[in-house]
Amino acid sequence: MNNADYNNIPKDKFVLVNAGQRLTDKKFEDKPIGYFRDAWIRFRKNKGSIVAAIIILLIVLYAFLTPLFITTHSATFLDAYYAKKPARLMSLAKAGMSDGTVTRTFAEGGLVKALGIGVAAEDWTGTGKVTIAQGKESYYQPMKKITEGTLTAEIKGAKPKMVYQNCKIETYLEVGFMYKSVEQSEYARIREWEEQTGLHVLYPLIAKNEYTQDVNDANYWYKTVKGNPVTTKSGTAVQVSLSDDLVLEDNYKRDENGDPVYYEYAGGGDHATAQYKVRVLYYNYYRYLNGFEPEYLFGTDSQGYDLALRLAGGLRLSLLLAVSISAINLVIGAIYGAIEGYYGGAVDLILERIADILYDVPFIVVVTLFQIHLASKVGPIPSLLFAFISTGWIGMAARTRTQFYRFKGQEYVLAARTLGAKDWRIIWKHIFPNSLGTIITSAVLVIPGVISTESMLSYLGIVKLGNSTTTSLGTLLSDAAGIWTNYPHLLLYPALVLSLLMICFNLFGNGLRDAFNPSLRGVED
Amino acid sequence: MGKYVLKRVLLMFFTFFVIVTISFLLIRLLPRELPQDKNLRDVIVARWEALGYNKPLLTQYWIYLKGIFTKWDFGTSWYIQFREPAWNVLMSRLLPTVLVNLYSFILSVPLGIAFGIYAAIKKNKWQDQFISTMVMLFVSVPSYVYAFLVQYIFYFKLGVLPLTVYSLADAGGSWWTGKMFVSMIAPILALSFGQIAGLTRFTRAELTETLTSDYMLLARTKGLTRSQATTRHALKNAMVPILPMIIGTFIGILAGSMVIEQIFSIPGVGQLYIKSINLFDYDIFMIDTIFYTFIGLLAGIINDISYGFIDPRIRMGSRK
Repeated sequence: MNNADYNNIPKDKFVLVNAGQRLTDKKFEDKPIGYFRDAWIRFRKNKGSIVAAIIILLIVLYAFLTPLFITTHSATFLDAYYAKKPARLMSLAKAGMSDGTVTRTFAEGGLVKALGIGVAAEDWTGTGKVTIAQGKESYYQPMKKITEGTLTAEIKGAKPKMVYQNCKIETYLEVGFMYKSVEQSEYARIREWEEQTGLHVLYPLIAKNEYTQDVNDANYWYKTVKGNPVTTKSGTAVQVSLSDDLVLEDNYKRDENGDPVYYEYAGGGDHATAQYKVRVLYYNYYRYLNGFEPEYLFGTDSQGYDLALRLAGGLRLSLLLAVSISAINLVIGAIYGAIEGYYGGAVDLILERIADILYDVPFIVVVTLFQIHLASKVGPIPSLLFAFISTGWIGMAARTRTQFYRFKGQEYVLAARTLGAKDWRIIWKHIFPNSLGTIITSAVLVIPGVISTESMLSYLGIVKLGNSTTTSLGTLLSDAAGIWTNYPHLLLYPALVLSLLMICFNLFGNGLRDAFNPSLRGVED
Repeated sequence: MGKYVLKRVLLMFFTFFVIVTISFLLIRLLPRELPQDKNLRDVIVARWEALGYNKPLLTQYWIYLKGIFTKWDFGTSWYIQFREPAWNVLMSRLLPTVLVNLYSFILSVPLGIAFGIYAAIKKNKWQDQFISTMVMLFVSVPSYVYAFLVQYIFYFKLGVLPLTVYSLADAGGSWWTGKMFVSMIAPILALSFGQIAGLTRFTRAELTETLTSDYMLLARTKGLTRSQATTRHALKNAMVPILPMIIGTFIGILAGSMVIEQIFSIPGVGQLYIKSINLFDYDIFMIDTIFYTFIGLLAGIINDISYGFIDPRIRMGSRK
């Protein structure tokens, strides 16, 4: 038995443990996962939301970057003759896309008129010797595809008509010729430009006689009776029928030598101001005026603006409006809700009643009153903003309030208060961060709501946002409303972008909501 | 329960009164436009004078309230229907709105609930995923986009439905004719897509929650088949929040949809509202405002109270 004397161990036998070392907790080997990191991990798993977020990003990029990519013209560039035209891009036209064509049914008279544009465009000197076949090859030939004609069914008392179905016509070239009034100096400039470029703008004027179909329509350059081409070689008007080697008999205005006349004095005094009436090929006149050929990504809108740029402008307005409303609502709602929820009792009761009453005012009435009272003073966009804010914060306040009721009774709040934290510090430092997820989610979901409401209001005309510099999706849609059956692209692009944006924002918002909900952690279903 | 209802109703009337007062003051403050026609202008100015439109605002409000309580007089339409009482103008617009929305309600409620139940039962199978995707699509896209889509398909492509709702004269002088109904199908469809989708989503969410609850396990344990347990227990409980929502929607029918009425030119309450703003017919604007406020409040309160009637637990809770 070792009878050790434990009470009298010599001092030098003792050694301090970990002497000279700092005692600390063991470091975590992983990085700590914070609230936002945790949310991100869950958000990442939701493929639908990721796709939605990417699409939203693309739409935002479209809205902000389109003006940079379209260098030839700006959003305020307007050409009334090329209004409501479908998409036309030269680079894509060869592939059969965006070639500015529409499919239509033509009667023989109309077909000849359309083909005639190409024929006349080749004949700038007014020889009257160009055949239909040569005209078909012209760069300015609007008829891109002609189908076999069929005779319409026999109707009693009427002659059967030749009808050409599913013809493809280029709508920009279809504008063809038109009369313009230009000053003499301008006339000289056009002639100079023609010399330089080798393109032709000025074409012979048309005579006024019994074969003139319509004195204002510069596309009836050949002799017609009731809209049908005729020949007068035999002395009387005989209707001719369409064939490739047909030469339409021109009806140009000629001087005593038989040369075609290109201008007509229309008024005005001296050299500079004298007005000339001329007949121009509009496609080339456009090139002369602007220096480029008409190219529009989505076509032109009902007034003749570039639809792609107008759409981008409308989207920009909607997005900026929605984001700023969401941010302002967030601030007001969070403060209001925090005060309600934190103090409770009488403060809560009174503030809730006020919010209740405001909430029950029909939103449409609020918007209308703001518009009528304020739009003339501060403009329609700020008054729309005020209208959205005046009742929009209530939802945010309610959500914040609920969160505060949930957390304010917790022990850690009590602990903070015991340690002497002020109300303000407890509200913002201890409780508010807990409700951040809910608040961010609802702030994001406010955005699609605002965009759709704004487009609805401008569609109805309650908010008038359409002018030369600004427009909104709703205005574009309402401009299209009456006429979209003839010009589907006017409706298609705004409606498509709007719907896509709505769907993606909702998907994104839902993904965010799930991501910020820690109780869903590990629930994989 | 009675006390709770009474409290809610009184509160509703207080809110109603406050909103109407504010709206009245703001609307009366608006500059009044007069027509170009000299005779009409004189008539209208004289009438306004007689009706006290030039007196102080609060006096005007007193006159307005007195008119409502003693003669049921909500003012007069000056431009939409010359010198017709505002109440009559509103009432004449109510039927088309209600009809279109009622048809859409009848179509969408059963379909919405049926899809919702189906999706909940087939949870996480392809059927559910398909329905949920469709719901996401239809809930997000604004109703007027469907309106155009419906017009495109049924008028432009198929040519089976008219572009807009027939006027009363075109449809044989009554809102109830078959011809009128056919012309209403397009707006009914346009309205229903969103409603069906919304209801499907709601029903699915509620039913999946009840399907996974403990009493369902108990029901299965005591020997009920899955379908028995679903219909007798899960569905019954899921209906507690669904029914009040449906009732609320039913009240909301009266207010209708402005955009749909505008697109399909239905001469309803929403179109009247837009017209009254554009024509500066402020008495009509006012009565329309009152109408919308009232409908909104009524829908809210009936929603809340019906919870209590349907679910005994909530009824107990309110008896304090």
